[in-house]
Amino acid sequence: MIPPMIAPTSPQAEPQPNPRRTATPSAPPLLEVSDLTKHFLVGGKAGRGRAGGVKAVDGVSFALDRGETLSLVGESGCGKTTTGKSVLRLIEPTAGSVRLEGEELLGLAPSRMRSHRRDMQIIFQDPYASLNPRLSAAEIVAEPMRNFADPAWRGPGALRDRLAWLFAKVGLRPEAMAKLPGEFSGGQRQRLGIARALALKPKLIVCDEPVSALDVSVQAQVVNLLMDLQAEFGLSYLFVAHDLAVVRHISHRVAVMYLGRIVEIAECERLFTDPQHPYTRMLLSAAPIPAPGARTTRVLPIGDPPSALNPPAGCRFHPRCPMARPICRETAPPLIPHGSATGGAHRVACHLVS
Amino acid sequence: MTVPSPQADQAGRPPLLDIRDLRTHFDTPDGTVRSVDGVSYRLEARETLGIVGESGCGKSVTALSVLRLLPTPPARFAGGEIRFQGTDLLGLSEREMRRIRGNRISMIFQEPMTSLNPVLTVGRQIAEAVTLHQKIGRRQAWQRAVEMLRLVQIADPERRAGEYPHQMSGGMRQRVMIALALACHPDLLIADEPTTALDVTIQAQILELLRDLQAKLGMGIVMITHDLGVVAECCDRVVVMYAGRKVEEASVADLFERPLHPYTRALMASMPSLQGRGGRLAEIPGMVPAPQELGTGCAFAPRCPLATERCRRETPDFTGAATGHGVACFEAAPARHQPVVLHRHAGARP
Amino acid sequence: MTMTSPAPASAAPAATERHARRSARRRRWMRKHPPLILGAVLLVLVAGLSLAAPWIATHDPQALDPLARLAPPSAAHPFGTDALGRDLFSRVMWGGRASLVVGLTVAVLATSAGVLLGLAAGFVRRADGLVMRLMDGLMAIPDILLAIALMAVTRASLTTVIVAITVPQVPRVVRLVRSLALSLREQQYVEAARALGTRLPVILWRHVLPNMVTPLVVQATFIAATAMLTEALLSFLGVGLPPQIPSWGTMMADGRNFVAVAFHAVLFPGLFLAATVLSVNLVGDGLRDALDPRLSRQL
Repeated sequence: MIPPMIAPTSPQAEPQPNPRRTATPSAPPLLEVSDLTKHFLVGGKAGRGRAGGVKAVDGVSFALDRGETLSLVGESGCGKTTTGKSVLRLIEPTAGSVRLEGEELLGLAPSRMRSHRRDMQIIFQDPYASLNPRLSAAEIVAEPMRNFADPAWRGPGALRDRLAWLFAKVGLRPEAMAKLPGEFSGGQRQRLGIARALALKPKLIVCDEPVSALDVSVQAQVVNLLMDLQAEFGLSYLFVAHDLAVVRHISHRVAVMYLGRIVEIAECERLFTDPQHPYTRMLLSAAPIPAPGARTTRVLPIGDPPSALNPPAGCRFHPRCPMARPICRETAPPLIPHGSATGGAHRVACHLVS
Repeated sequence: MTVPSPQADQAGRPPLLDIRDLRTHFDTPDGTVRSVDGVSYRLEARETLGIVGESGCGKSVTALSVLRLLPTPPARFAGGEIRFQGTDLLGLSEREMRRIRGNRISMIFQEPMTSLNPVLTVGRQIAEAVTLHQKIGRRQAWQRAVEMLRLVQIADPERRAGEYPHQMSGGMRQRVMIALALACHPDLLIADEPTTALDVTIQAQILELLRDLQAKLGMGIVMITHDLGVVAECCDRVVVMYAGRKVEEASVADLFERPLHPYTRALMASMPSLQGRGGRLAEIPGMVPAPQELGTGCAFAPRCPLATERCRRETPDFTGAATGHGVACFEAAPARHQPVVLHRHAGARP
Repeated sequence: MTMTSPAPASAAPAATERHARRSARRRRWMRKHPPLILGAVLLVLVAGLSLAAPWIATHDPQALDPLARLAPPSAAHPFGTDALGRDLFSRVMWGGRASLVVGLTVAVLATSAGVLLGLAAGFVRRADGLVMRLMDGLMAIPDILLAIALMAVTRASLTTVIVAITVPQVPRVVRLVRSLALSLREQQYVEAARALGTRLPVILWRHVLPNMVTPLVVQATFIAATAMLTEALLSFLGVGLPPQIPSWGTMMADGRNFVAVAFHAVLFPGLFLAATVLSVNLVGDGLRDALDPRLSRQL
């Protein structure tokens, strides 16, 4: 069962129809995260002073369907990367539930968890740090396949064929196999990271800022590659990013996070054209537009984000929100559906949005 | 030593910064790396010049050359001159250079945490920068530090001056860096990716702050960035660099209206836009060449859709500088303009 | 567990080219590191002389000659003789073997034990406290005292000397390995390996150990130097190697009573010991500078 050699990029990768609406209602989503919470202890194990530590992620819930891209966006420290890594249990969550195809992952013994790693992979932000500098490109991509037996790569010949196929898939020449990571450019390294993530035929890939370390011209190549691969293999992406423009291109749905919580989640187009939460609006208005004079007015959040060590009571955004009212200081707004047209797909956590 | 520049303005004053045909090379065991190879640009007071390009294009090396902050060797000035208010900086002694650095020319860097001393309070660091160049007492220097922190809109500057860098957020540290850089009221500020490490909301605040400060203090700013969005928001003129050379220079409006060089156009097309719909992005095939691998001809030719035999053979000269919109390309004749690239950005305007 | 490279035939020219580039780079840094070269040459010289001792020694190192006691250097005895009339040149040549064997063995043993314990401490949370407290306890006792104590309760032999010198060295390696392990554990490629479902032993073998080799090699050279000095010191104090094994330390101890009349009896073994230790330290320093990625990765 050797996959055939195919040209590195397939031409048909225009916005794919989102298959999640067509799925049978009884089938569980590929990934279901509910009330995910991660507290980091600070100041030693004794935890003197502040009990509970930093609430990096505080009750995050979302679902991800097959073939879908859900982006987590927000500023640094909002918990988006912690959420992504908690899903894979690279960071051990404090509480909550992560279900992959209906099966609970949290609390699984290491050996059981390991067997699920086949289905979920990760692409890291830093293509320099995430590849062992002492292994050749072929060894790096072969590593996951050595961890899990499969008829598709049993035996050296089959493994070699699959490596060649994977390299071609991500647009790397076969000669690249013998090279060390240090001999590649940033974009090529990220392709290597993608080939490695793809090797086990996963269903879910967590993309942790996969293009933010790359040059603009290379960034477009990698974004396109990710979209092509999704179209071809029906991959689901949990796409963690801070660059809203990239997110707009690649996502089906977007969740905006602020200080460990989701403040707004919606279909991609809707979030960008009709943002409801004040923070989402400010985030969109803050992004620079490459057209001189395009931006006339801009509403920005007041001051810097507060520390996650001691998040404000009530709505966490209220100290920076120009529209805050007394209720915002007291009660945390729930994440509730907004508008009837969206069928509950657009949810906002704000007292001021009805 | 002040030699009047031939391009002096009407009042006879030389431009604030005038870089002519600068060549900064690095001698490495693998051969000479021409990081900057014949770059020229000028900057007047109160002007912001954007230097755009991808990693390795030489934009930072050019800036570090101005301050002579590159270790020599391996760096070597293989030609050209850097005139600052008429004085060629390359001809100055290290001692004379120290009097200029941080005093008349300042620089801010991408990573504010590594540029600040973690064991000194920020007030002390600013005060020390002031006393280094000006003969004022310690109390006055401290007053100046507090004043500078207020200028960069840090709330409660008296208290903040007594804090250490790690007690501050990233955005606040970058404000401190700016305060430090502007403490001696320099004539020229070089900002090397000043907002790249910051979140978008903080980036917007910092860019606004820089605009405000420029209006107040009147310094010239060289803004080095890879982000065309940043350029569009805060620059007057732009220099686009590729592989150690200037490939295009224009006013910001001109550049975004009619980008001439195929690289500039491809760069604009490959940027994902907040306004555009999803779907594939325009790619620039291939990758930025390593400076030691540069051959003959235009460095962009291997990736350029318009490249001809001639492009691969000869290096195009920079032409059209007199019109204010110059380009180094054989194929960039206006007739060849393809409006494809422009649609998205034209559509971006409200 | 190492994998055979699945590189196809087409990769061969690239590999040779890469090899050529690497060996050129290697030659270049060799030229840039004179201490390394000097140390290596000196070390090879001493090792060569010791290995060739059976052939170049002019006398049996244990043969007594009561008529030529404390004889100064001469044509018959290039380094003179000791208080029992033994030929010092032959003894010094043979004595190098003891030093080198002790240095090499201790370095290998201490490093291996240290790596095992250090990795356990760095990667297995439950082992960490136990291992580190044990090491803290060992570190609290002065090295020499510990070695003397170990020698006092055992019978003098090459093995016991090696063990007695190795034990106090282990904690240093454990500390180094643990700190390296703690930082490597946070490396993204180690996190990536976990995400790929790689088992812990494989992660340690493929991703952690290879990236520790440089500091470990440097540390091992310093341990070898220390071990040689300690062996000489123990022998000097009379708790080291048994008298039938010629050792520079024993020779110096024997000669120390006659320094006034026969300076050469202390001089030559001392000179060789110093030269050997110096050469090993030079190699260690040179390796550290040459292999330091921060220095060598510069433009």
